[in-house]
Amino acid sequence: MQENKHEQDNCACKGKEVIWPECKFQIIKKEKLAQNINLWEVSAPLIAERARAGQFVMVRIHDKGERIPLTLADWDSKKGTITLVFMEVGKTTREMGLLKECDCVPDLIGPLGTPTHVEKFGTVVCVGGGVGVAPAFAVARAMKEAGNRVITIMGARTKSLLFWEDKMRKVSDEVIVTTDDGSYCRKGVVTEPLKEVISREKVDLVFAVGPAIMMKFCASTTKPFNVKTIVSLNPIMVDGTGMCGCCRVTVGNETKFACVHGPDFDAHLVNWDEFMARQRIYIDEEKLSLQLWEQKQKGV
Amino acid sequence: MGAKTEGGVEMAKIDLNRIPMPKQSPEERIKNFKEVAQGYTEEMAKKEAARCLQCKTHPCVSGCPVNNDIPGFIKAIKDGDMVEAVRILKRTNALPGICGRVCPQEKQCEAVCTLAKKNAPIGIGYLERYVADWARAHPDKVPKDEIAPPTGKKVAVVGSGPAGLTCAADLTKMGHRVTIFDALHYAGGVLMYGIPEFRLPKDIVQAEVDYVASLGVEIRLDTVIGRMVTVDELLKKYDAVFLGTGAGLPMFLNIPGENLNGIYSANEFLTRINLMKAYLFPEYDTPVKKGKKAAIIGGGNVAMDAARCAKRIGYEEVYVVYRRSKAEMPARKEEVENAEEEGIIFKFLVNPKRFIGDEKGWVRAMECYEMMLGEPDASGRPKPIPKPNSDFTMEVDTVIVALGTSPNPLVSSTTPGLETTKHGTVVADENTGKTKKERVWAGGDIVTGAATVISAMGAGKRAAKSIDDFLRGH
Repeated sequence: MQENKHEQDNCACKGKEVIWPECKFQIIKKEKLAQNINLWEVSAPLIAERARAGQFVMVRIHDKGERIPLTLADWDSKKGTITLVFMEVGKTTREMGLLKECDCVPDLIGPLGTPTHVEKFGTVVCVGGGVGVAPAFAVARAMKEAGNRVITIMGARTKSLLFWEDKMRKVSDEVIVTTDDGSYCRKGVVTEPLKEVISREKVDLVFAVGPAIMMKFCASTTKPFNVKTIVSLNPIMVDGTGMCGCCRVTVGNETKFACVHGPDFDAHLVNWDEFMARQRIYIDEEKLSLQLWEQKQKGV
Repeated sequence: MGAKTEGGVEMAKIDLNRIPMPKQSPEERIKNFKEVAQGYTEEMAKKEAARCLQCKTHPCVSGCPVNNDIPGFIKAIKDGDMVEAVRILKRTNALPGICGRVCPQEKQCEAVCTLAKKNAPIGIGYLERYVADWARAHPDKVPKDEIAPPTGKKVAVVGSGPAGLTCAADLTKMGHRVTIFDALHYAGGVLMYGIPEFRLPKDIVQAEVDYVASLGVEIRLDTVIGRMVTVDELLKKYDAVFLGTGAGLPMFLNIPGENLNGIYSANEFLTRINLMKAYLFPEYDTPVKKGKKAAIIGGGNVAMDAARCAKRIGYEEVYVVYRRSKAEMPARKEEVENAEEEGIIFKFLVNPKRFIGDEKGWVRAMECYEMMLGEPDASGRPKPIPKPNSDFTMEVDTVIVALGTSPNPLVSSTTPGLETTKHGTVVADENTGKTKKERVWAGGDIVTGAATVISAMGAGKRAAKSIDDFLRGH
């Protein structure tokens, strides 16, 4: 199959080792942020130029690969790079974890989705859970730049899975860190400090990104306080451009496509049970795929 | 006897034995994704070509949306001059391997063939396919296309489906520099993601795309116009823009339960299977659900494609549920017959009312109405009306909604000055493809709503002509 020909002159892999035969988007930097959590800084000048907080890219790493959405964690339009943070959970993300610096990603499509609505709201609480801390950073920074007072609540299961506390501190007026097991800072989940903050002061907007269950509970935490809450949903997608409807989600009795109408939606209007059921559609296939891949890696 | 003539030819010479297309048997083909129709042999092609009356009126040419010189290439086959046959076809059609397979010839060229009156039209599509396949097998012998001297003008073509590929190929031959942009990771648009392998093998689509690229067209994939680059930005770098982004937005029924697990749009089901090769999961990473009972809602070609894919990936019972009767089905007759042979069960005059899920959020049944036909509606077809008290339940574990598609609003919503209709289609002149926005042309499904490959190609061709006139200052 024909792949995109990269532009020789501005391709970042020029003069470097080229591992992917038809390279286009080269991994400039790879960093292990935590156990199973990786950061890629990838050369993608066009995407970097356009990127805005809350948008995502579709990634496909080889000819037989699937297309997966990853929300932008950071970008540098001058350098022409974007930053993606992903956790190794299934076969594709495990394979992504094996890619090294100088490797190229054959397909990176974006920036997709409607950017997060950013304006001067007043006080904004940004909640990031697990790997969701990465996209939460992009939004927190944008909110700060728009003149908001930003309170960040970031949570992880345990201390070793926590990353970007320093980056968050730079763009936040206050940072609250939680770990489920109490191995670092406050023991517990993000909804507890969220409730405290909205109880103690006037909050104009809550933005939450992380596991579906966390976002669901953030929604139910803020609902009684009537604080506008936006979540960044992460459904299964195929094309990511509005073509298939795999990512459809019911928001206030209306069907929306997360890839084009979202991924941001009003948390109080999302049908969470349906959303969480839809995330599990391929759970058996995902397990099988990973199992076969692991066997292959071990040479079984 | 010899006195009676038809199309200027004596009827006595007429051979009414149309050579049938060899096909994989239904029992065999439902177990694989290989092409159903296997193509003529040289002997068959020559024999079929010899049946052509070469009538002076050649109604077939005007029956073809791109006006292929049909008697010309058929004569060349008959004479055994395949190089000439290729040359004639490629003159008007950049994608003969595709048209020969998926054009509704029975409604176009073959419908008006002089021999159609005798129920034995020439197998024009079969012969076109034969020529294209011969060309693909003999790349060294295929004559190079003539390309006009460079004009120094640049054109951006958005979308690499049938409209975009045709427009790009024609403009390149006219001497312009063309770049195609496509959002997906392979070129070909609906030819890649929509039409299944067993009807249109993907290596054939790729070969046609490669041919267009070989003319000098630059193809840039993974580029979403409207997000990464806007049309207005393209207009700064290109002298003209052609929009051929198709109709990629799936329509749903908007009835309760439609977002249950196990309910797909046909676009999603087919994209997983065709573009992402989910039928080869787990060798390929993208999965698709393999249940037991699937209901496909709709009666068009896409519904047939989805039903036949479902059969091939192992569904035991596959239903096509259509709200009108068989006579109103928009699908090609040939595809309906293929589906019937493969054991697809048709439920006519039935429409779903709501979907019923289990406790885990998976669809398990579909509540339906029986329908009856009323007076013709806006589409000219009899309007289906629910029969009172006719509710019944069908147990299914998968539903594929194939109600049609409308244009993806991504381009139109980011392009000020581009006029659209309430259906989301772009307003463009039928003969030239010119839109209300200066230096922007459009053609194919983005203008007409979901239609055929060949009508999109015809629109691409007409737009290329109009763009060429504009660029040359005519």
